[in-house]
Amino acid sequence: MRITQGAFSFLPDLTDDQIAAQVQYCLEKGWAVNLEYTDDPHPRNTYWEMWGLPMFDLKDAAGVLLELKECRKHFGDRYIRLSAFDASHGWESVRLSFIVNRPANEPGFKLQRTEMEGRHVQYTTVPYSADKPEGQRYK
Amino acid sequence: MLDETLVPTSVRLRDEIEGAGINEVLAQLDEDLIGLKPVKTRIREIASLLLIERVRQKMGLLGDTPTLHMSFTGNPGTGKTTVALRMASILHKLGFVRRGHLVSVTRDDLVGQYIGHTAPKTKEILKKAMGGVLFIDEAYYLYRPENERDYGQEAIEILLQVMETQRDDLVVILAGYGDRMEKFFTSNPGFRSRIAHHVDFPDYEEKELGDIAELMLKQQNYQFSEGARRAFDEYIHLRKQQPLFSNARSIRNALDRARLRQANRLVADLDRELTATDIMTLEESDIRASRVFSKTES
Repeated sequence: MRITQGAFSFLPDLTDDQIAAQVQYCLEKGWAVNLEYTDDPHPRNTYWEMWGLPMFDLKDAAGVLLELKECRKHFGDRYIRLSAFDASHGWESVRLSFIVNRPANEPGFKLQRTEMEGRHVQYTTVPYSADKPEGQRYK
Repeated sequence: MLDETLVPTSVRLRDEIEGAGINEVLAQLDEDLIGLKPVKTRIREIASLLLIERVRQKMGLLGDTPTLHMSFTGNPGTGKTTVALRMASILHKLGFVRRGHLVSVTRDDLVGQYIGHTAPKTKEILKKAMGGVLFIDEAYYLYRPENERDYGQEAIEILLQVMETQRDDLVVILAGYGDRMEKFFTSNPGFRSRIAHHVDFPDYEEKELGDIAELMLKQQNYQFSEGARRAFDEYIHLRKQQPLFSNARSIRNALDRARLRQANRLVADLDRELTATDIMTLEESDIRASRVFSKTES
């Protein structure tokens, strides 16, 4: 099951040129671009691991693409997300965020039903991949 | 296969030049920078080469992206940074760099202080320079042969790799004093082979330095009185024989001090009615008060 989080997630995966064009848009707006990765794509897992520091003061998307390639080399089997932060209000706020890399095989989520008192049912979504320890989930 | 309909069969170079707006940049270079004949010639040559390269690309005569990395050698204050800035704009107008900004760094910006610090630091600078020109001033400080554990080597390796693999994304200009750059290239042959254009900046003639001084003053809305210009020419002659003369930079400093003395002179007489000309003009006495003159008399 294909994970849909952030912008463009219902479109086919963006090519590197398309990613570069998006990044260039962000940079021209003066936003800082940041890469994050995870192998726990649960929708409630909002804080992913950071790949290096957010990239400030860049002029050209090539710098971000350089890091993205490097990140894919190490974590190509995980989800990688690119977010752009706008600091014009005095604090950093996310303006754009989209997935730029996903595992080849995405098993999706299991729906767990727990029977509670009476006829009450509690629902929980669990990624199938989450059974394995971190780092081995999409090997 | 190339699409035949899109490839022009002939081009007029005049249209190309005008379309790119290089002539304005070159004309401005002539106007703003006094002297530097050989440098200007080299830059014209490089600009022509790039222009032809661009036409070739348009006509579908594909070749590799030309290597554009350069080295600027010359004594202090001969205009290396200024020319680098112009170079960035020429490269941008011809479409060889995408953004045309200049990131000016020295060893401190590239080399870290402890193990594992250098690579991220160098990469961050490289990322900032992507799409533009990376100007490394006094590049030979990167290499310190006396200390084999020096982190500079690591920065050099990263630089070399990016200079080779990302030629489309950035242009590196190394700058420094001639003899030390020569030594640097001898011990790092990788750099020499990756640099296509070596540009040598000659020292300025005395007359040129005088003209530079006048230009600098004009830009700041000052002027020499007639006597002051003569005095300043003498000043240049004397100053050039002293140690640590750094061409245009020394001139700038001398002018700053002259302005200080002029201000002092004006403030000394508070009741005088001043005209704009009085405030703009540096007098002979402002120049003559310099230490350079007193030394020769003693």
